[in-house]
Amino acid sequence: MNWVFKYKNIVKKILFGGARAEEGIIYKFIIYALLTVIGFVYLYPLLYMLANSFMNLSDLISSSIRWVPSGLYLENYRRALQIMDVTNTFWQTLLVAGLPAVLQTISTALVGYGFGRYKFPGRRLLFLLMLATFIIPPQVTMIPRYLLFSRYDILGTFYTFVFPAILGQGLRSAIFVLIFYSMFKQIPDALVEAAKIDGAGNVKIFYKIAIPLSIPAIVIAFLFSFVWYWNETYLASIYFGNVFSTLPLELQNFADSFAQMYGGAGDSPMNQLNEAIIMAGTLVTIGPLLILYSISQRWFVESVDRTGITGE
Amino acid sequence: MIKKIKSYYNKKTRNIFTGYLFIFPWLVGFLLFTLWPMIYSFYLGFFDVRLTPRGIRTSYQGFENFTEAIFSDPVLLENVFEYLQQIILHVPVIIVFSLIIALLINQDIKGQGFYRTIFFLPVIILSGPVIEQLMAQEATTIPGIGDYTLFNIIDNIDWTIMEWISDLFEEIIMVLWFSGVQILIFLAGLQKIDNSTREAAMIDGASAWEMFWKITLPAVKPLIIVNVIYTVIDISTFDLNPIIIYIREQMFNVFTGFGYSSALGWLYFILISSILIISVIILNIREAW
Repeated sequence: MNWVFKYKNIVKKILFGGARAEEGIIYKFIIYALLTVIGFVYLYPLLYMLANSFMNLSDLISSSIRWVPSGLYLENYRRALQIMDVTNTFWQTLLVAGLPAVLQTISTALVGYGFGRYKFPGRRLLFLLMLATFIIPPQVTMIPRYLLFSRYDILGTFYTFVFPAILGQGLRSAIFVLIFYSMFKQIPDALVEAAKIDGAGNVKIFYKIAIPLSIPAIVIAFLFSFVWYWNETYLASIYFGNVFSTLPLELQNFADSFAQMYGGAGDSPMNQLNEAIIMAGTLVTIGPLLILYSISQRWFVESVDRTGITGE
Repeated sequence: MIKKIKSYYNKKTRNIFTGYLFIFPWLVGFLLFTLWPMIYSFYLGFFDVRLTPRGIRTSYQGFENFTEAIFSDPVLLENVFEYLQQIILHVPVIIVFSLIIALLINQDIKGQGFYRTIFFLPVIILSGPVIEQLMAQEATTIPGIGDYTLFNIIDNIDWTIMEWISDLFEEIIMVLWFSGVQILIFLAGLQKIDNSTREAAMIDGASAWEMFWKITLPAVKPLIIVNVIYTVIDISTFDLNPIIIYIREQMFNVFTGFGYSSALGWLYFILISSILIISVIILNIREAW
């Protein structure tokens, strides 16, 4: 039975860090190995696309070249940028994703705070209703919502994204309310009471205590919203019609029209070349998201110091 | 005395009022944008709905759509079975896995930013057109699984084992892809844990193991529930979920139509809700235990 304990200890140390420094090195190594192996699963498709997006036609056809292109071939990117009309589309996409994301983050934080920190009649019922709006598959209510939007006469405008976002009915709003709800609920009552004694009002407590204590949740809500709005093609295409376009929409249009022209998958050279352009376009589409994330994940760390205020 | 009571009630009503004020945006949005689509789609479940060029034509059917779905739709039943299997297998694994990853990347390691960015990839890739692009390319399943020599060796030994292993492999990779959001939610929760509590526990001689169970786990516990809810709903409403695909097929199917797909949607809603209720009960029993 001894080996079982030994094994358990190793696992413990991997997860929670070793007690002594010299042991730490080995376990750190295991952590890196583990993270790298798992990370590879996520990186693989990106690397695959990256490699293919730099290949020219002869590289693509050649069976000996699988990962490393024979040279830095930028034509695919040039074509992708041109097809997606990037200079124009990028700013639209930024607006379509950015504004609703900000609004959704603000509104769901307020709502989560209301549900988490106040008791009022009907709270449970409303909370369950909010969950219900999350559970009902969006595919089911989509057409009725479309009809509703057309009655409000906001189809083909930016409002189809903005209004629901302000009012906590945006893309998966309920999960953000839920995150904020559980974060705000954890704030120690003593802290809030102390602030009240100091004469802070409800609103002041919200933005002076609750918000600073929940920076990671806010960062997460904003990031998720941004990514989900950025990537939303189905709703964007039916709500915006031809008025706006986004990078993922352009990409999809290109992929669709090319699939129609050439009858979908196949190993013909034309197909492969277009696939390479699509991959270049895909990377262009998700690139800004990666940049945004690597910038904003800094706040994850910074907020650690801030939580120090909770000292009780 | 009366004054005190009065001020107490004033304070209480003011608190109630403030609570409503905070959720007010949601309430308005719900009434304006969500309530009617929900009611309308539920209502359509009782009708035979035809989308014609001249508009929507409906004829009342009573519970026929619902009874047909439950009692005489073998395809649906098959899909439900597959779906339940997915839920039972994947949800616990995703939760445990994402908590472990969050613990690992929360540690003080070099290249933290790099690893955190990698673990954000599934969030970006799983939503939007990229995933369909990749699935079409089979890039999400580490394609050429069969091409790898390792698997060729296994292939030579026994075909069924090979199939089993690659199935398992695919399942694991599936789980990995569906864990992105959960990892970050846990990570945000772990950030909130007060360092001074940990230091105090360490001084008191608590081991890392004890600290996990006594400090970390209770702190992320509410987020476990959040993540279970998210995971169940995410798996259930993902565009490539078998039931969702089926519902969407029925939507534009000439023989069944929109009414039938609405009825399916609401039955599915009941199914998902029951799963969520059961999971929350299980989590709470664990707490008492």
